[in-house]
Amino acid sequence: MARFIVRRIGQMLLVLFAVSALTFLIFNVIPGGDPAVRMAGRHPDPGQLARIRAEWGFNDPVYVQYLKTMQKTFTGDLSSYTTNVDVVDELRKRAPRTFALAIGAAIIWMLAATAIGLYTAARAGRFADRSITILALVGISMPVFWVGALMNYYLGFKWGIFPNGGYVPFADDPWEWFYHLIMPWTALSILFIGVYSRVLRSNILDTINEDYVRTARAKGLSERRVMYRHVLRNSLIPIVTLWGLDFGAVLGGGTILTETVFDIQGVGQYAAESIGQLDVPPVLAITLFGSFFIVLLNTVVDILYAAIDPRIRLQ
Amino acid sequence: MATEPATEFALEGPSALQGEPRRRGTAGMGPWRLAFRRLRSNRVAVVFGFVFVVLVAVCLAAPLWADHVAHTDPYKNHLTDTVIVDGEKKDVVTPDGIPIGPTWQGEFFLGADGNGRDTMVRLLYGGRNSLLIGVAAALITTFLSIVVGVLAGFFRGFTDTVLSRTMDVIWAFPVVLLGVALGTALTLSGLQIGPVDISGRSKLIPILIIAIVYVPYMARPIRGQVLSLREKEFVEAARAQGAGSLRIMLSEILPNLSSTVIVFFPLMVANAILLEAALGFLGVGVQPPEASWGTMIGDGVKHILSGPHLAIVPGVMLVVTVLALNIFGDGVRDAFDPRAKIHLEH
Repeated sequence: MARFIVRRIGQMLLVLFAVSALTFLIFNVIPGGDPAVRMAGRHPDPGQLARIRAEWGFNDPVYVQYLKTMQKTFTGDLSSYTTNVDVVDELRKRAPRTFALAIGAAIIWMLAATAIGLYTAARAGRFADRSITILALVGISMPVFWVGALMNYYLGFKWGIFPNGGYVPFADDPWEWFYHLIMPWTALSILFIGVYSRVLRSNILDTINEDYVRTARAKGLSERRVMYRHVLRNSLIPIVTLWGLDFGAVLGGGTILTETVFDIQGVGQYAAESIGQLDVPPVLAITLFGSFFIVLLNTVVDILYAAIDPRIRLQ
Repeated sequence: MATEPATEFALEGPSALQGEPRRRGTAGMGPWRLAFRRLRSNRVAVVFGFVFVVLVAVCLAAPLWADHVAHTDPYKNHLTDTVIVDGEKKDVVTPDGIPIGPTWQGEFFLGADGNGRDTMVRLLYGGRNSLLIGVAAALITTFLSIVVGVLAGFFRGFTDTVLSRTMDVIWAFPVVLLGVALGTALTLSGLQIGPVDISGRSKLIPILIIAIVYVPYMARPIRGQVLSLREKEFVEAARAQGAGSLRIMLSEILPNLSSTVIVFFPLMVANAILLEAALGFLGVGVQPPEASWGTMIGDGVKHILSGPHLAIVPGVMLVVTVLALNIFGDGVRDAFDPRAKIHLEH
């Protein structure tokens, strides 16, 4: 087990290295992307350009620039090309917003999907099941930015039921924090509720035919107990795996669109803004931040899975 | 993501045959005919598959609508023009910049946008772009995934390690972040691979980006399937007859992947259309003045206060299209591969 974990962590570091190198390359090999030209403003004179290049080390070979940038990322004095703001500080300031959005949404989609999955599986094939299944597909088919924008317009701006975007820190006012996050949470959850309730429904229908469920019924357990203790528990295992992976993906960049639409000013929105300005340092830091969570949760899920289920061989 | 082989799906499993009319009998039918039969008997799937075909046809007919009904083109500004609605003369765009809403008549059927362009005409032309990019990206993804999955699964060892680790790296990127980063970089500079020179405004850029981003999602299950297929007796038999690797891959392995590919394809198109919309919304997909449903939603959201219809209309088209593909794709999966569990996420 220990060897397996060490190996997975080694792989994780390798993947993260590759991700950061690739991101750096994407923005450094493009011809229109010379950062010195952008930093110098509209009509740069050659002397100014040369000074900026020397100061920021743009004359070094790409791999030296990459290593320097990475070093700065980890020592925490990486600054943006366009605003001169310290990137790591900015990330630290924005991360709680993204966490609040992702964690809240993950809880909502898990609870809602469990309830819907149970309900539809219990009524499999009937009208309620069929109509909810179609609704779940509608949820999967809607782009989050569209739903979010319409919610913002109707529920926020026009009818004034919820605040029209923005974010209030929890420490300032817990109620306002919650109130501002209701719409973003909902918008972000819809897709996952659709996916998860469908997966759970089919898992439950598979599990219900297992021998141990029949045994439980034969023992005289109440239907409720059979459902919760035997069927639901076993049907949830694959869902929890999926949940781990998706939670990582949402933390690691899945909130770009939601944050942009609701103006939450989290990491995702920072990514969108920085990419638009070809501001490489923040993009690099955010990509690393995002990939870290994706890879971390992938690894955790793998390890947990192997720990829970001894039938899975560690390799 | 289950990777069980999807080859022996035909006659096994009671669920696979549910709804099959008994009296006609299924004896002597091949797996393909059985699958088509199952698909045909799934009315909801057939209806939504038809809806998708109609949507494609309608979008293809965009020039007809533009020339003969709306008498304009998707780029023409009518900022200072007027239109007669119910005998009343109205500005297409009012002096304070509010565009006209749906008129429900030939000209400006769905109203105009902030530049006085006909929304219906742009919607149809935009739909062409969305569908083109979605289908083309899904085709390329499928092709690349088959190549990667078959090579990795068949040769294993070093080839597999290199390909699988590359997939892991793409997988570790946040999908939208990678798409937007590539989109921004490539729209600025274009793409030069040897003699091929793709301009930054070309629709090939979003197509390629979307295609590459989704490869790991499809290549992984295919690789898993190839890993088990290569141990099958018929592969051994082919090898005993002297068939080389290439021949085995093309004529023994590939045909056995067809049901997986068929199941994946509609779902892939749906996801590609959604990702294109996200890129368009963030301004790195189709470049103006051309439109796609995503860029139209983006414009509509920016100017939502002057008329929500500009955001609602392209969104509804997008949702209906993707929904049709998802429901049809679900039916295809039930028909062709009832026991495999293929899930696609964003």
